[in-house]
Amino acid sequence: MQFKYDLEGGNFSRAGHASSEVKKILKQLNVDARIIKRIVVALYEGEVNVVAHAHKGVVMVDIDEKRIYIRIEDEGPGIPDINLAMQEGFSTASASVREMGFGAGMGLPNIKKNTDQLNIESEVGKGTVLEMTTMISS
Amino acid sequence: MKISEIVDVLNARVVCGSDKLNTEVRYAFASDLMSDVLTLDTENLMLVTGLANLQVIRTAEMADIFCVVFVRDKKATPEMKKIAEENNIVILESPYSMFRAVSVLHDCGLQPVY
Ligand SMILES: Nc1ncnc2c1ncn2[C@@H]1O[C@H](COP(=O)(O)OP(=O)(O)O)[C@@H](O)[C@H]1O
Ligand SMILES: [Mg+2]
Repeated sequence: MQFKYDLEGGNFSRAGHASSEVKKILKQLNVDARIIKRIVVALYEGEVNVVAHAHKGVVMVDIDEKRIYIRIEDEGPGIPDINLAMQEGFSTASASVREMGFGAGMGLPNIKKNTDQLNIESEVGKGTVLEMTTMISS
Repeated sequence: MKISEIVDVLNARVVCGSDKLNTEVRYAFASDLMSDVLTLDTENLMLVTGLANLQVIRTAEMADIFCVVFVRDKKATPEMKKIAEENNIVILESPYSMFRAVSVLHDCGLQPVY
């Protein structure tokens, strides 16, 4: 099964739209609630990052019996130093992002914690691709 | 403690989920920082916050938090209410400060996450 959702930079009221849909789908597939939570928390943080840091993006989701694969691709400033960005507390978020309850530099580390496999590629001035794979059945 | 008791001790208004007031709550977390809320893996968790925006409800949805208390008389918007209802999340509004709300809940036996 494949699904696709568009993300809009700067539009906080839409952040969480893709995660919400994916949560409904995984519930229908009877995936364990704790696994669903890990997947949608990671996706949600990824969505928030596009909204907070990039111009626009797209979420692609592919689900089979064993695993869920999610790819978040954005057009934006990119991440100059991924290792630094992965550190807890590192953030370049604006004051307005912090007023929304984000921008504490906990997003990427939390995405890492909640996915079985995470791959990040980024090109400064172009954009970022996050690939997350998580097993949904043993 | 039951959500109905929480409503009483916080002098709260039930914005939505009035059919779920019999649900028992065990743990509470107080924060205005959603990124921190999203790092928790506690079950049976209630969120107490002074931040009232749609992302708080989205955070509750993703983190399986079934009850959100807004303190300092912060109000839920119609859109927040709508998304909470869709996800069976109870929203309460309390006129108390964060400190007062948290003290009262602690005295009533709600547990911290850490
Ligand atoms: N999609 C993205 N595009 C550009 N920069 C990003 C993106 N995602 C993360 N970053 C960078 O990595 C930093 C850390 O991200 P994260 O851990 O999610 O914390 P936060 O979003 O709270 O700042 C961000 O502050 C930003 O500099
Ligand atoms: Mg982030």
